Amino acid sequence: MSVEFDPAAKLAEYAHPERLVTTEWLAERLGQPGLVVVESDEDVLLYETGHIPGAVKVDWHTELNDPVVRDYLTGEQFAALLGSKGIARDTTVVVYGDKNNWWAAYALWVFTLFGHEDVRLLDGGRDLWIAEGRPLTTDPTEVTPVEYPVVEREDSAIRAFKEDVLEHLGKPLIDVRSPEEYSGERTTMPAYPEEGALRGGHIPTAASVPWARAAAADGTFKTRAELDAIYRDEAGLADGDEVIAYCRIGERSSHTWFVLTHLLGFDHVRNYDGSWTEWGNAVRVPIVTGVERGEVPGR
Amino acid sequence: MDATTLPARLAETREDFLALGVKDRLQLLLEFSNELPELPERYRDHPDLLERVVECQSPVYIFVEVDDAGLVHMHATAPAEAPTTRGFASILAQGLDGLTPDEVLAVPADYPQSLGLGEAVSPLRVRGMSGMLARAKRQLAERLAG
Repeated sequence: MSVEFDPAAKLAEYAHPERLVTTEWLAERLGQPGLVVVESDEDVLLYETGHIPGAVKVDWHTELNDPVVRDYLTGEQFAALLGSKGIARDTTVVVYGDKNNWWAAYALWVFTLFGHEDVRLLDGGRDLWIAEGRPLTTDPTEVTPVEYPVVEREDSAIRAFKEDVLEHLGKPLIDVRSPEEYSGERTTMPAYPEEGALRGGHIPTAASVPWARAAAADGTFKTRAELDAIYRDEAGLADGDEVIAYCRIGERSSHTWFVLTHLLGFDHVRNYDGSWTEWGNAVRVPIVTGVERGEVPGR
Repeated sequence: MDATTLPARLAETREDFLALGVKDRLQLLLEFSNELPELPERYRDHPDLLERVVECQSPVYIFVEVDDAGLVHMHATAPAEAPTTRGFASILAQGLDGLTPDEVLAVPADYPQSLGLGEAVSPLRVRGMSGMLARAKRQLAERLAG
């Protein structure tokens, strides 16, 4: 049971318009059977200060990661999580969040690892919803738990590991971190906590396209034409390319993964979630410092 | 340091958190967040006095002062969109308020880790509060030396 797609003209220009909904579309469908709205924010308490009526919260830190292994949930854990949120396998899920849907895109990417078919982003996210004066509530959402089947994660299509990146060198890489992190001046975003990388710089040949360039001032995604100009004309991606995106721990790059895959229609995009916290610390992997992309090292 | 030597307010806060289940700890943190007072008027026009806590993801600034009676007060400001960070600041602002400098300097650096928030908000986020406490103590030491 899938909820109908949003026919908005702006969305129709994207490669997969069924992956986005507008605030207007969502406002008209709140409470519709078969639809669950998920809020996913950087700040774990933001949902509690007010959320879209009926929305449930998924926290990236405490709910999507395995507590012991640096990895995502297992199939059983994911089934328990989604069932507890009232999400069935055929539920249409709309995810929204703060900061240009940064963490919402991350949740969507993790849902996709488990093959949840109908998961969409709210274009503009939490900020646009609030800016438009749409309702928020602090009322707890009443959830009726449902059965979600145990589906094992399928990583290979959209997730890259360090070894995959080494194999991939020579094909397009997109570094979505800040320019300072790319050049190696810093190992974290300006004004963000140090998360421990030994060396600063980027993976050889990676193009620098900070993730937030895909967002317009109001938090919605830029238009198809604007995104094409950034990722095709400027970064040099072409149809058929296999692409790997990375950042520091894989969250900002899941936003870029969404843009490349669902908005621009690249079919072979993987997110390297080990990202710089792994690459910048790993033994015997090459890096490049400075603003130039650098060369593939001889093997 | 055990509960007998930890300043009363901080000890009480810890007991309150540990008495709750993980979900309710979040609610208590939200209450703290809502209780964070506005900056005193005299600091509002002096952003230069405030120190950014870079360990926190959200923009939070703190300022520690010692009043004429020799007692410590910590002030903090953080945006409404950062309720977790506001909650951390509020716990410390309330817990340190009115203590003597020696009492503040003796607060264990791992106090934030002892509140049972690691499970509720993740250890990485709790590190933000550790940064805040460390900066408050360093500021205080500087004031005393100055």
